[in-house]
Amino acid sequence: MSETVVDKSGWLNLEINGKPVQMPPGSTVMEAAQASKVFIPHFCYHKKLSLVASCRMCLVQVEKLPKPVPACATPVSEGMKVWTRSEAAIAAQQSVMEFLLINHPLDCPICDQGGECQLQDLSVGYGKGYSQFKESKRVVAGKDMGSLVSAAEMSRCIQCTRCVRFTDEIAGKMELGMIWRGDRAEITPFVSETVESEISGNMIDLCPVGALTSKPFRYKARNWELSRRKSVSPHDALGANLIVQLRRNQVVWVKPLENEAINECWLADRDRFSYEALNSESRLTKPLVKKDGALIEADWQEALPLAAARLKNIIERDGSDSLGVLISPHATLEEATLMARLARALDCDNIDYRLRQQDFSHTDKASQVFWLGMPIAEVSQLKAALFIGSFLRHDQPLLAARVRQAAKRGAAISSLHSAPADWLMPMAREKVVSPSQLAQALAALVVAAHRETKAAQSLPAALQDVTPTEEDMALVRSLLNAPEKAAIFLGSFAQQHEQAALLHTLAQRLADITKAKIGVLPEAANSVGLALAGIQPQKNGLNVKAMLEAPRKAYVLLNAEVPFDVAQGNTARSAMRQADFVLSLSPFKPSAEDVLPDIVLPISPFTETSGTFINMEGRVQSFHGAAPPLDETRPGWQVITALAGLLNQPFAETTPEAVRASSINSAAENATARLSNQIGEALSAMPKKATAVERIAGVSMYHADPLVRRASSLQRTVLAQSPKAAMNAALASRLGLKKSAAVRIRQGKNENAVTAELPWVCDERLPADTVRFDMAHPLTAGFDVCGEFHLEAAS
Amino acid sequence: MSAFLDYGSDAVLMKDLTGDNWRLKDYVARGGYEALKTILKDRIAPEQVLAEIKGSGLRGRGGAGFPTGMKWSFMPAAAPEKYVVCNADEGEPGTFKDRDILRFNPHMVIEGMIIAAYVMGCARGYNYIHGEIWEVYERCEEALDEARAAGFLGQRIMGSDFSFELFNHHGFGAYICGEETGLLESLEGKKGQPRYKPPFPANVGLYGKPTTINNVETFACVSLIIKNGSQWFLGLGKGNAGGTKLFSVSGDVERPGNYELRLGTPFAKLLEMAGGVRGGRKLKAVIPGGSSSPVLPGEIMMATDLDYDSIAKAGSMMGSGAVIVMDETRCMVRCLARLSEFYHEESCGQCTPCREGTGWLAHLMHRIEHGEGRPGDIETLDRVAHNIMGRTICALGDAAAMPVRSFVKHFRDEFVYHIEHHRCQVADHV
Repeated sequence: MSETVVDKSGWLNLEINGKPVQMPPGSTVMEAAQASKVFIPHFCYHKKLSLVASCRMCLVQVEKLPKPVPACATPVSEGMKVWTRSEAAIAAQQSVMEFLLINHPLDCPICDQGGECQLQDLSVGYGKGYSQFKESKRVVAGKDMGSLVSAAEMSRCIQCTRCVRFTDEIAGKMELGMIWRGDRAEITPFVSETVESEISGNMIDLCPVGALTSKPFRYKARNWELSRRKSVSPHDALGANLIVQLRRNQVVWVKPLENEAINECWLADRDRFSYEALNSESRLTKPLVKKDGALIEADWQEALPLAAARLKNIIERDGSDSLGVLISPHATLEEATLMARLARALDCDNIDYRLRQQDFSHTDKASQVFWLGMPIAEVSQLKAALFIGSFLRHDQPLLAARVRQAAKRGAAISSLHSAPADWLMPMAREKVVSPSQLAQALAALVVAAHRETKAAQSLPAALQDVTPTEEDMALVRSLLNAPEKAAIFLGSFAQQHEQAALLHTLAQRLADITKAKIGVLPEAANSVGLALAGIQPQKNGLNVKAMLEAPRKAYVLLNAEVPFDVAQGNTARSAMRQADFVLSLSPFKPSAEDVLPDIVLPISPFTETSGTFINMEGRVQSFHGAAPPLDETRPGWQVITALAGLLNQPFAETTPEAVRASSINSAAENATARLSNQIGEALSAMPKKATAVERIAGVSMYHADPLVRRASSLQRTVLAQSPKAAMNAALASRLGLKKSAAVRIRQGKNENAVTAELPWVCDERLPADTVRFDMAHPLTAGFDVCGEFHLEAAS
Repeated sequence: MSAFLDYGSDAVLMKDLTGDNWRLKDYVARGGYEALKTILKDRIAPEQVLAEIKGSGLRGRGGAGFPTGMKWSFMPAAAPEKYVVCNADEGEPGTFKDRDILRFNPHMVIEGMIIAAYVMGCARGYNYIHGEIWEVYERCEEALDEARAAGFLGQRIMGSDFSFELFNHHGFGAYICGEETGLLESLEGKKGQPRYKPPFPANVGLYGKPTTINNVETFACVSLIIKNGSQWFLGLGKGNAGGTKLFSVSGDVERPGNYELRLGTPFAKLLEMAGGVRGGRKLKAVIPGGSSSPVLPGEIMMATDLDYDSIAKAGSMMGSGAVIVMDETRCMVRCLARLSEFYHEESCGQCTPCREGTGWLAHLMHRIEHGEGRPGDIETLDRVAHNIMGRTICALGDAAAMPVRSFVKHFRDEFVYHIEHHRCQVADHV
């Protein structure tokens, strides 16, 4: 990295402990100390949170001031002289430490925070070995903060309020507060009496004592027993950096690795707690082979040659086109690249990773790759943004946190969506229309932009009949008012929409006219990577939809689970059942009883293999295996390499380094030019409003991928609750649901019929004649997202 | 009622009040709203009014005694949205003067706030009234209605370009909401907790906008200064501190109540007005400025004049002017235990030294008072108080610590007796 030259004119000169330092105006003494590598003890101060100056641990002496001042909240001034270790400063710091400890239980030997506790560490430097406090100590009742954060020992709390400020300022909803006064003050959840945030785990890192600890990790290990490895989160396309912590080769705790450009110092709860799946009962440790309809454990020597032989037979018998390869967008670049290479070596181009996509017209032929359209960090600087069809908080929780910061600084954030959502940030405008009207509503914005800018381009014929409302004009103005700092994002709902290409085309047109940037919010950890690697039909192969609608004789599933990971759950199930042979490469035992693969090969999850993800901003992030593969599981790339050998298509690479190098090389080829959200589709006529009841399907965030589905603590959170069917009162009364608590949903006929009974809830914010129930959950995964379905009151 | 309405012959704020003549017409008959009329009719520039206030030597009556004119001049002229707030959250033990002013002369405060708003360019003001004096809140509501109806509040007051809206807001009785930034938090609908300063309210105040907060009595003085001139007001006081001051006398006196005196009047005179020490007993100690000011032994107090500098020289503070008189039958240990319990109860819990320290002090005092004191407790008391002082976000920490240090300093023998004999010296010997 080249050193950036900083213009220091106008900076202030001050001294910390006699050492000169220059700081920009508006900095604090704490920042000046950090800049000059001087440590000032602190508890309530945190660089990402507002200043409260309440713990008083950072009191320092400043020349000409009669009293010690808190370094965190004292602005620097020209000629200031600060002493952090003078007699007066140390006396103040020691007295604060004494006060902090008088009511603290000092139960370090049985405290989970022991060994990584800020209070413990600082008490060594500033506390005394004995206490003059001879009164009885305060006792505070434990609190329920849900299944992730343990607040059982609130007597340890030192009221720094970092957790309170976090929920309010970063997570967007003040779920905690400090009630009562004085030394009776307690931190407590109070809104819904528990903590529901999707990024709540960060409170555990923020808590400087053992008051808030990890519930799943509680009493599992001591900090000094753990080894630490860097890794990358395999969930959303942010690619949050992780420190995976292991005890005896088992992942027992995950913490953020600070990376200001990506996850800052945060993690989403699924980044942090999904490791529980790695150690769960559902891990597959030996190959499985189907015998008489049941999957029986086998060894590699049996399973692998059998898999190769059956693939070979089918290809020889029915041709290579009879094979279909479905690759999870959570797969590593190496696994996917090798799997695609093997399929193509066998002359099969039916390869796809776009498992939840429905409209491929704009992505099938294109060599370009959709991405965020800007560096992640730039999102925090936006002044205006429009999100089209995005479940932002659930799809990219930490990107939502960045947008929230922008919104708090006054950015105008708007949403156009079919599902009403609680954004937990000030929203400029929210427009909710039914899925079939989404394109029409977006077209109205395009027309509004034409009018507002008096654009030179004439209005395309397809948009002649579209009339924008005053609201539309206002939304467009908010984008126009933020030149260079406006962006339009296509969320997962827009990408998975049946008219995804049309929506993208309209969004691009809106971006062109308003000069906003256009970004796509990729669905999964490696969506961008697999797109760059060309893990989709390159010649005349079938995309995922075609592969399932015209069933193949054989399927290979890489880390993908049917029906959970596909949009067409029903079609996929039926295709798998018809197939002669289904080979699954997965770290987990199959969970859908009715679509059991014929052979399952246990491959390593992300912690047990080296791998590479390319995130939404196109950043290549490689990681090493943090732990050795469990039992007989093997890294995916090794399994595919072995399979290729047995099919007489050996690969040149034999080491993980070589596999990584060749995968990255091919993906990175011309990558900068290929990362583009510009598509050349012509505008087609606007679709008509659907006549039947339409479904709105999000991906339930704790069911989105195989790992989170098996993370037991995440599964106990409020956000993981089983799906409900939401609709407005008019539809409910039309369906006669008044007397029934549940609604029965049916799809398909005969052996392909699928039904579910879901409790229904009334949501008046939903568009008329729509029902929302999310996909990927065991109750709903069996449905095709698109396609007819029938609703009736459950008896 | 008349006994309580005898504020003394020096009274100017509380002059001629009968308890029933608080309405607008009565106030106008006493010359009320004339100052405002003069300013608006004669188009006296805000700078000129400010100069009068500065010249009058008016100092804040809430406790800190900061020069009012200077405080007003801190408000940024250019800011488009500014607030003026009256601190009527009178919670200091021993203080009950603002209640009388608002009850018997509410329009004087309203007029003062209007003039202040005019000087500082505020379009909105709030009067934050202590939660436990509901009757006063209701009276202030009536007074505001009268002032609005008479055109002293609202748009284009008396045909001028100046518009000002004023609202009453009642708290819920937390002592900490009398701290100006705690008051602002509470006014915004949040938990009353002081803010760290800087930034000061003059830059970042109510809803983040420049705000000036003054005590009830301070605002009450404003119209008199404008009407009678700054020199007249300065002449009422002593040295650079102008005006009269209301003293709330409580404790062991024959006639507890509010007395309005010129600054610089000897304490002995006030004690005499209050009928002397109850039952002719001996004066033991006086807390001259509300519970958070250091206690002074009776003999020192008898030689002290009641003004900012004299009381400071004697080792205490003018504070809010709440004079708590204690005679020889009072156990100082018990008095301090009660005070420490109060600060323990009222600490907001935000910053460490106050949250933990006030509890520690209260526990220690409770033990000593109940004959369970241990050797070393007095030293611990003093050390804990010392460690709270000057290290907290707001002045509540100091307020809790100062009585402790002064009681121990002046009456150490009583504390020693309690610890050594496990009982009270006063009960044993007086």
